[in-house]
Amino acid sequence: MRVGLGLRNRRAVPWPAVPCLAVQEFRRAVIDATGAGGRVVSLFGLPDGPRETRLVAILADDARGELDALSARVSLGYPALTPECPQTHLFEREIAEQCGVVPEGHPWLKPVRRHPPDHLPPGVAPRPFDREAYPFFRIAGDELHEVGVGPVHAGVIEPGHFRFQAHGEEVLFLEIVLGYQHRGVERLLESEPAARGVLIAESIAGDSVIGHVEAWCGALEALARVRKSPRAQAVRGCALELERLASHLGDVGAIAGDIAYAPAAATLGRLRGECLNLLMLLSGNRFGRGLVRPGGVAFDVPDDMAAASVARLERVRAEFDRAADDFFANDSVQGRLDGVGVLTASGCADLGLVGPTARACAVPRDVRTDHPWGVYRYAHIPTATAQAGDASARAVVRQLEIIRSLEFLIEQLPALPRGAPRAALPDRLAPDELTVALVEGWRGEIAHVVVTDATGGIRRWKVTDPSFHNWSALAAAMPGGAISDFPLCNKSFNLSYAGHDL
Amino acid sequence: MTASAIGALALILVVAPLLPALAGRTVAFLTGRRGAPLLQPYRDLAKLLGKGAVYSRTTTGVFRLAPAVVLGAALVAAGLLPLDGRRGLAGFGGDMIAFAGLLALGRLLLALAGLDTGSSFEGMGASRELGFATFSEPALFLVLGALALATGESSLGGMLGAPLARAWARAPATLAMVGVSLGIVLLAEASRGPVDDPATHLELTMIHEVTILDHGGPDLGILLYGSALKFALFAALLAGTFLPRAAWPAPLAVAALLPALALVAILVGVIESAMARLRLVQVPHLLTGAAALAALGVVLRVR
Repeated sequence: MRVGLGLRNRRAVPWPAVPCLAVQEFRRAVIDATGAGGRVVSLFGLPDGPRETRLVAILADDARGELDALSARVSLGYPALTPECPQTHLFEREIAEQCGVVPEGHPWLKPVRRHPPDHLPPGVAPRPFDREAYPFFRIAGDELHEVGVGPVHAGVIEPGHFRFQAHGEEVLFLEIVLGYQHRGVERLLESEPAARGVLIAESIAGDSVIGHVEAWCGALEALARVRKSPRAQAVRGCALELERLASHLGDVGAIAGDIAYAPAAATLGRLRGECLNLLMLLSGNRFGRGLVRPGGVAFDVPDDMAAASVARLERVRAEFDRAADDFFANDSVQGRLDGVGVLTASGCADLGLVGPTARACAVPRDVRTDHPWGVYRYAHIPTATAQAGDASARAVVRQLEIIRSLEFLIEQLPALPRGAPRAALPDRLAPDELTVALVEGWRGEIAHVVVTDATGGIRRWKVTDPSFHNWSALAAAMPGGAISDFPLCNKSFNLSYAGHDL
Repeated sequence: MTASAIGALALILVVAPLLPALAGRTVAFLTGRRGAPLLQPYRDLAKLLGKGAVYSRTTTGVFRLAPAVVLGAALVAAGLLPLDGRRGLAGFGGDMIAFAGLLALGRLLLALAGLDTGSSFEGMGASRELGFATFSEPALFLVLGALALATGESSLGGMLGAPLARAWARAPATLAMVGVSLGIVLLAEASRGPVDDPATHLELTMIHEVTILDHGGPDLGILLYGSALKFALFAALLAGTFLPRAAWPAPLAVAALLPALALVAILVGVIESAMARLRLVQVPHLLTGAAALAALGVVLRVR
């Protein structure tokens, strides 16, 4: 990786300093960086003059805690990166859809969210658009059958279409079609004032409110050069860990429910509710809306509230330990989870996976450790990993993270540092800058990349939800498995439709 | 035909919907929840019977025939079973084969109705329902065969009637194996855990539930009642094997059916809350085990 840009999590760099390479050099640099253990955090386009699009790649060197930004100016097309760098496959499809730029030679150039281009450079006429046109992959054969599931499902869950090519009970291929939840989040974040932007950020994925608004605020604070008080940072960290706790408890409980192990499903579902109620105590909303605001937090945490929260968390810890011991020690549970939806560490590296999914393949990737921010620079949470890469490993990683988040909260809440809960934000952002705000949400790395224009307005607000990286992991984990294992496998990833669809 | 046989049949027809409810209630109790009221199935049945039916244009008469055949077959099978511990309403030499055949007929129509919808979910459900039946039916026949050998009788009335008490004294090992094997067959035939998950909403994992996914209104009510009745019949068969009641006074023998069925339903609930559901490929292993156990029971009686 080149030296010199000095880009780190939540640091802003001048936009002119981001190198603008020739397309071939840009390709080579990205491919070399990922080949050397780097990772594509985000890859997107922004209009850059008439009929020109600037491609921007944000690369992470997790071992050194550094980020890098590269760019290239392209017109109507460019040679695709995907054949040599598979983790960019969905990003390049997204660029084709948003900017109308064709990644030539892309092996799977299909729509991502099925919407007309919303980041077209001036002077380019949009191609005719048909929302229903989607070229499904099919395997022909007398003994094969096709099963379509969704977009409307039998539970209260988000819409998505899954199409299986199956041989009896064995899945040969799974194609996932999303985009039903597309709301134009990036365009809204670019055009709406900050007072509304914070509400939009909280609504990107309803179960990752804290994660996304933390990243949104982080980007804004970097561009405004605002320093938060240690107290605000600690409260934000606690809110993020509470969100992780609630979601992981719910996930392990839902996995138990899918394999019809009722005791753990009932107990863990209740404990999830308990953690959501704690978020309610902190913020007035069970999903933490309204708490995290630019410059800090909207509400302080009084000492008696912190003490009450700790007492309740201690009870959650005792009950969780009992339920988890019962769940993970049960032979029938282990027999059911082992070997379902296996991913390998090399597959994980190829696809650029993040979060508990990556950590369950023994890939210790965690923004809190690799690119620490806020309270995580002082209070280190050990990264939890497992080896097997299957549904069982994904459940175990969640178990470990529940334990460690509980430890973090019980340690931090009674000893919140002093300071004002919220610092004032200047009216204007720094002009012509680029910043990257990374957050380890409970699903994995949430990235908000922001580029400002010459007047300090928002030129591009790129959101990458962990689900955007990880949906392809689910599609990769199914072939060769049993179709009846799909709901369990799906639950073990528990990805967001809204976060992907933006 | 006796008053006690009619009384026992009437009893089981009335209480059948209670069994799945009681099993569900047991699971709820063991997991710290309250669960649905025991009488909820009756309310559901009343609601469904009061509704109109909607039929897909892709379905044919087979789809509409299925509920009647499923219920009819279960009713006739109930008539063959000696529910009062003496003899059934109708009984004849070899009626155990008719009993198994009637239940198989119901299953066949259910599978055909599933295929008739043209839905890929229901096609898979039909395939699973029939695929697992090829393992549970031999187990059932071996169970009935072992019972016949142990008692020296060839009709259900004889096997579960007076000769059964003597057989328990003569061949307890065979009958115990038969009982365990029958218990496993019950879990599969009644679509209970760890074979099936009656509580799931996930079509891709369902076995029995998915074959009735497209039925609605009275048809669905009849199918739900039919599967509850099947659960009750297997529970009665199991209770009859472990509890020979031929020597009891008739009213007591009939009344004893009620706690015996409740006990079976509670045991099913306990099993469901104690373990996760098997993966589908392992279901045949379990059923083969049941068949092997019953076969061992047969071998012990052949000399």
